[in-house]
Amino acid sequence: MVLSEFAGVSMPDWIDALLRIMFIVALMTIMAFALIYLERKILARFQARVGPTRTGPIGTLQSIADALKLITKEDVRPITADRWAFELAPYMAFVPVFLVFVPMPFTETWFVRDLNLGLLFVFGVLGLNIVGVVMAAWGSDNKYALLGGVRAAAQAISYEIPMLLIVVALVMVAAGRLAVDGDASAAGSINAIVGDQTTTPYILLQPLGFFIFIVGMLAELHRPPFDMPIAESEVVGGYFVEYSGMRWGMFFLAEYTALFLLVVLASSLFLGGWNWPFGADVGLGLQIVLTFVKTSVLIVLVIGSRALFPRLRIDQLMAFSWKVLLPFSIVQVIANGIILAYGGADWVVGLVSFALLAALGGLVFYIMRRKQGEGTRTVQTTPATPRVITAPEVTPVEAGGD
Amino acid sequence: MSELFENYGAVLVAIPVGIMLVLTALLATKLLAPQRRTALKGQVYECGMLPIGRNWAQVHVRYYTYALLFLVFDVEVVFLLPWAVSFLGLMDGPEFGKVILWQMVLFIGTLLIALAYAWRKGVFDWQRN
Repeated sequence: MVLSEFAGVSMPDWIDALLRIMFIVALMTIMAFALIYLERKILARFQARVGPTRTGPIGTLQSIADALKLITKEDVRPITADRWAFELAPYMAFVPVFLVFVPMPFTETWFVRDLNLGLLFVFGVLGLNIVGVVMAAWGSDNKYALLGGVRAAAQAISYEIPMLLIVVALVMVAAGRLAVDGDASAAGSINAIVGDQTTTPYILLQPLGFFIFIVGMLAELHRPPFDMPIAESEVVGGYFVEYSGMRWGMFFLAEYTALFLLVVLASSLFLGGWNWPFGADVGLGLQIVLTFVKTSVLIVLVIGSRALFPRLRIDQLMAFSWKVLLPFSIVQVIANGIILAYGGADWVVGLVSFALLAALGGLVFYIMRRKQGEGTRTVQTTPATPRVITAPEVTPVEAGGD
Repeated sequence: MSELFENYGAVLVAIPVGIMLVLTALLATKLLAPQRRTALKGQVYECGMLPIGRNWAQVHVRYYTYALLFLVFDVEVVFLLPWAVSFLGLMDGPEFGKVILWQMVLFIGTLLIALAYAWRKGVFDWQRN
């Protein structure tokens, strides 16, 4: 309705929605180009290189050159591939990610639609993305693709659960705070949650939630240290081995779009999105700046993680989700429920969550230390098997070759 | 109801736009890219060798158990989210909210038995060697 007010004409609802979606399409294209360029530049800096420099001023046109190359590249499909699964997989991988733009609040009034169950919508629809991945893996008729696809599916479903539970815990806190204003039922909408963070960003109330959300985000996006599904040294690229040209580009675009969306979601839920924590009213211009700065910080964090962390092993990754993150997120949900039902203050919620985060950190540190100790101990305590190396009988002439 | 349709109708508008985006990109490829298919190019990729054996390889059953566990907890979250939104609003008296809370704790506890069982059975410990 803001659009129609801006243009001074009334228009049907679906045209308003369509115009907003077109705006999103433009935003998404620019964002994807910018992200690809930024990733290459930032990674280069981490590795003491300079990154792309030849295309355009300081390499800024590199993404466009990449896109042109992808479009003019031959689109090869294996003869033995399952045609329908192979050709429909890019649609199935991209369209759900695109739909997630609908409830995403970039400023107080700039979203496509403020869905009342926006959070559930985001996770439900984003999860469909994995169907496209599995279709690609199965349709390619390739061993590595299938392994990568199964890994991707297992990883995505494992990390979705702690993420969802932590979002439930966050919604409980939001509902408690919104109930003071009399409308707790708005707590499912992302924009209402952002609107509530005028005094306190939720990262202060749910620091454990922020940590688990970031970890889950990296896993959902197949970003290092969680990039086993697309690990080139293990499954030579994973589920898109057989894809080339623009068909592969669609998976790439879906991945970067999902990165952008999850980063915007994380900044909305935990950092206050377009909201400024110290003043109630911020103008439209400042809201754009706030969203931009918060998402940029998180994007640099995500890209940097690719240069900073080594790749985990797939079983370590799965165990970390089910044995550590899941119990902690369940404890967080129950703890929030008890505190809120017995009328605890907000600072109690924050303190308990911070204590849980500290416990999680301590546990991870302890496990890592113990594993290290185990490694050295097994080396020391292996029974010394008498391993007599019998030197081959050589004649002095052969031994003294040089 | 009309407001519901107004909001979620945008999703229906977004679906064809998303499909069109992929379609135009793939059409552009079809128009601009060379197309010379050969039998060798149509082989599946296997690190430079000709593929050996059936390509739909068998996958370990452990992935299947993860899928089962996922179902347990994903359905749990579907129940948890409406509860999380409403359990404080439903507190007419303070006692009622507590009753709802402990019922939900009981529900989560029941599902934790599934997690404990899987843990005990070693679903999360992949066998080495």
